[in-house]
Amino acid sequence: MALQSLDILARFATTTPPPKVRAEATIPVAKLIDISKCIGCKACQVACMQWNDLRDEVGENVGVYDNPADLSDQSWTVMRFSEVEVQQGKLEWLIRKDGCMHCADPGCLKACPSPGAIVQYANGIVDFHEEHCIGCGYCLTGCPFNIPRISKKDSKAYKCTLCSDRVAVGLEPACVKTCPTSAIVFGSKADMIHHAEGRIADLKERGYANAGLYDPQGVGGTHVMYVLQHADQPELYSNLPKDPSISPLVSLWTGITKPLMSLGIGLAVFAGFFHFVTAGPKEVEEEEKAD
Amino acid sequence: MSTFIQRYTARERSNHWIVAIAFILAALSGLALFHPAFFFLVNLFGGGPWARILHPFIGVVMFLFFIAMAVRFWGHNRITPADRQWMKRIGDVVCNRDQGLPEVGKYNAGQKVLFWTMVVSIPVLLLSGIVIWQPWFAPFFPIGLMRLAVVVHALVAWILTLGIVVHIYAAIWVRGTVRAMTRGTVSEAWAKHHHRAWYRQMTGK
Repeated sequence: MALQSLDILARFATTTPPPKVRAEATIPVAKLIDISKCIGCKACQVACMQWNDLRDEVGENVGVYDNPADLSDQSWTVMRFSEVEVQQGKLEWLIRKDGCMHCADPGCLKACPSPGAIVQYANGIVDFHEEHCIGCGYCLTGCPFNIPRISKKDSKAYKCTLCSDRVAVGLEPACVKTCPTSAIVFGSKADMIHHAEGRIADLKERGYANAGLYDPQGVGGTHVMYVLQHADQPELYSNLPKDPSISPLVSLWTGITKPLMSLGIGLAVFAGFFHFVTAGPKEVEEEEKAD
Repeated sequence: MSTFIQRYTARERSNHWIVAIAFILAALSGLALFHPAFFFLVNLFGGGPWARILHPFIGVVMFLFFIAMAVRFWGHNRITPADRQWMKRIGDVVCNRDQGLPEVGKYNAGQKVLFWTMVVSIPVLLLSGIVIWQPWFAPFFPIGLMRLAVVVHALVAWILTLGIVVHIYAAIWVRGTVRAMTRGTVSEAWAKHHHRAWYRQMTGK
């Protein structure tokens, strides 16, 4: 923690600026997932389990390749398999590695009420510090991608850390290290965008006219990006949201509304006090004497 | 030596204070989760996770005892034409110009408005609270509904808190009121001045 404390960009429930002196020196990082290169081997899921000491329950076959069927406190990344026909008669198997997108404008962090439970590092990684998590589940409502999961074991929220512990010491995330086709790559965000441009040009040459980069601006861009063959229809990829943003309902109560409401309660108390010292109490003693 | 009239029985007073204590605890733990400026309040409950764990149970206690209280006081809180007249003169009431106000029964219009505010808001708080109650019930609801429930819960809790601030202040402001809920009795003069119709009903005068 001692080394990390200077790299924090945002920490919820902190209204004064976080330590900023080193922010300029830290390069934003990104993980790029090239779906056109993914073979669905799930090595990334295994590497994630191994590095983070996670063991999900052995589930049951639900008729599709997705296993486990959903994210959980023990599965911070899952491969989602979808079979689509974008062109009639041409089956495509789109396999998306799902997990935290590490938004530049993180809804989970905005919604969290517990100081220091969710932090955003200067390199862009959004991390949960479970020792500060109180298990309220507000991050679930804040996330536009439906990623955090509350553990049934300890009632704390878990998700992909982008291997912040590995990145902090100059290593790439575990899933990146293990990917056999280099469908997952990691580096500075600028480098990853540059790399993606090359891939997209290649895909376009090969007939994927709508190939593109998924770096949604509705959440300020993300530090996990996808190269999509059909960037015009991200919904094809197991309902990847087309234009994700933090729900206005969440913004409503994390923005100016709550300070105003707090002020309202404070003013009501003050109004009572000043009413008492100006108009004064209602006494009935005089009538009492008359009786 | 003034004489006193019974206003609340021991059971009614106990019921009121259970709801009141539960409200204070729910409000303090709720405020802690409402805005980071109030997060320090979790320390009253043994830390963040404990505040989160206890808050909904306190809320359920408040709901159950409020229902019992609402049943007891329901009949006295029907809004009458005289209440509308009284409400029109709320400015005079606030400025302590009580001469010529319509006769008031057991409760004045302001008290009745608070009663109905609670009758609506406490069940809404229970229902919206269940939707976001981790880890027991929240997993059964879709995220969209949870988002809505969080907003509704905060907004309704705010309205209720404002109502209770007014309720507490009114008890301090109108001298001789607090003993109705602490001792169960009020002075005849108090009853005659503030709740004349009820006074006549109680004394036959």
